[in-house]
Amino acid sequence: MAPTARPTVSQPLSPHLQIYRWTWTMAMSVFHRITGTALYGGTALVAIWLVALASGPVGYSYVAGFFGSLFGRLILFVYTWVLMHHMLGGVRHLIWDTGIGFDREKRLGMARLTLIGSVALTLVIWATALLVR
Amino acid sequence: MAQFNLPKNSQITQGKSWAPPPGASNLQTFKIYRWNPDDGATPRIDTYQVDRDDCGPMVLDALLWIKNKVDSTLVFRRSCREGICGSCAMNIEGQNALACTMGIDECKSPDNALPVMTRKDKDGAIRIYPLPHMPVLKDLVPDLTNFYAQHAAIEPWLQTETPAPEKEWRQTPEDRSRLDGLYECILCACCSTSCPSYWWNGDKFLGPAALLQAYRWLIDSRDENTGDRLDSLHDPFRLYRCHTIMNCANTCPKGLNPAKAIAEIKKMMIERTV
Repeated sequence: MAPTARPTVSQPLSPHLQIYRWTWTMAMSVFHRITGTALYGGTALVAIWLVALASGPVGYSYVAGFFGSLFGRLILFVYTWVLMHHMLGGVRHLIWDTGIGFDREKRLGMARLTLIGSVALTLVIWATALLVR
Repeated sequence: MAQFNLPKNSQITQGKSWAPPPGASNLQTFKIYRWNPDDGATPRIDTYQVDRDDCGPMVLDALLWIKNKVDSTLVFRRSCREGICGSCAMNIEGQNALACTMGIDECKSPDNALPVMTRKDKDGAIRIYPLPHMPVLKDLVPDLTNFYAQHAAIEPWLQTETPAPEKEWRQTPEDRSRLDGLYECILCACCSTSCPSYWWNGDKFLGPAALLQAYRWLIDSRDENTGDRLDSLHDPFRLYRCHTIMNCANTCPKGLNPAKAIAEIKKMMIERTV
């Protein structure tokens, strides 16, 4: 058999992320990944606070001062949302593991609820914290 | 680690803009992915103007109109033109679909997309690409060799131990109804190529289409090889790369739910160990 002419440009890969239209379920899956990774940092914040607490009043006042500052509170606020979003995402996965919540309306509703719910819970937590302080 | 960017040979350039048909007033712009293995160039996007007054309602009608009247070199697969052969699966306006069952007027607004992504593009063009993250053979034709091999890997046929009955393997209507929502799969590959897990691990993860088929045989009351079938799926990649992203169910042109089928397989895995 005669050899066929080899292509001068190797076979391309068709575009994927670049062109795929984002769906709610896809976006919330990505959010779940990102928040899950961010929680490593959040846990570090808790660890720092605990170490400061154990180290005595000088160390603690330094860390508490940072967390109490505007920038510190902003970080804690974002951390709260990250935690809430990842928690609700986890609940969503738990529901799916039982075999329910796969229908079109349910999966779409649950994806939207994860986002709305995480924002709402974050606001409730901070409102409560600021009120009872 | 997943490669999010396209390799250098796959990056897309601006292509040719074909002249609109003379005298037509009701025009729709199509921007279509082109790649020719013989011309030595990287992929490009060609722009076509389709005369809606001279063309049928579906995206496949528009592609055929272009091929017949404007550019006969445009390559795509199609056969049945009624959503049963699965040949014309492609990415239309960012969502995988069959060109023959996707209307030109409806392809811009699938209701499961994020609101921000359903906005009309500024130029109003309809963009068509091959199925995502696949090796391209030419234009809109992807290489499905791996996809078919994965279907073969789940051994999609009845496997029995008991001697074959004289006439047929019988099944109660209830048992038969458990195959509804599974047997309708036409293996068009819309679901698997919509799945980010399949994009990043398509060599090891079986993908939603093959797994839906796997479940179809797992719950068939006549099949007697359930244990071995589950054993072969018990793998961190083959089955468990599914992270319930649900693009498969969102995109299936037959309205099936591979994500649910995969969840049912995961449940069977747990149920047999407890």
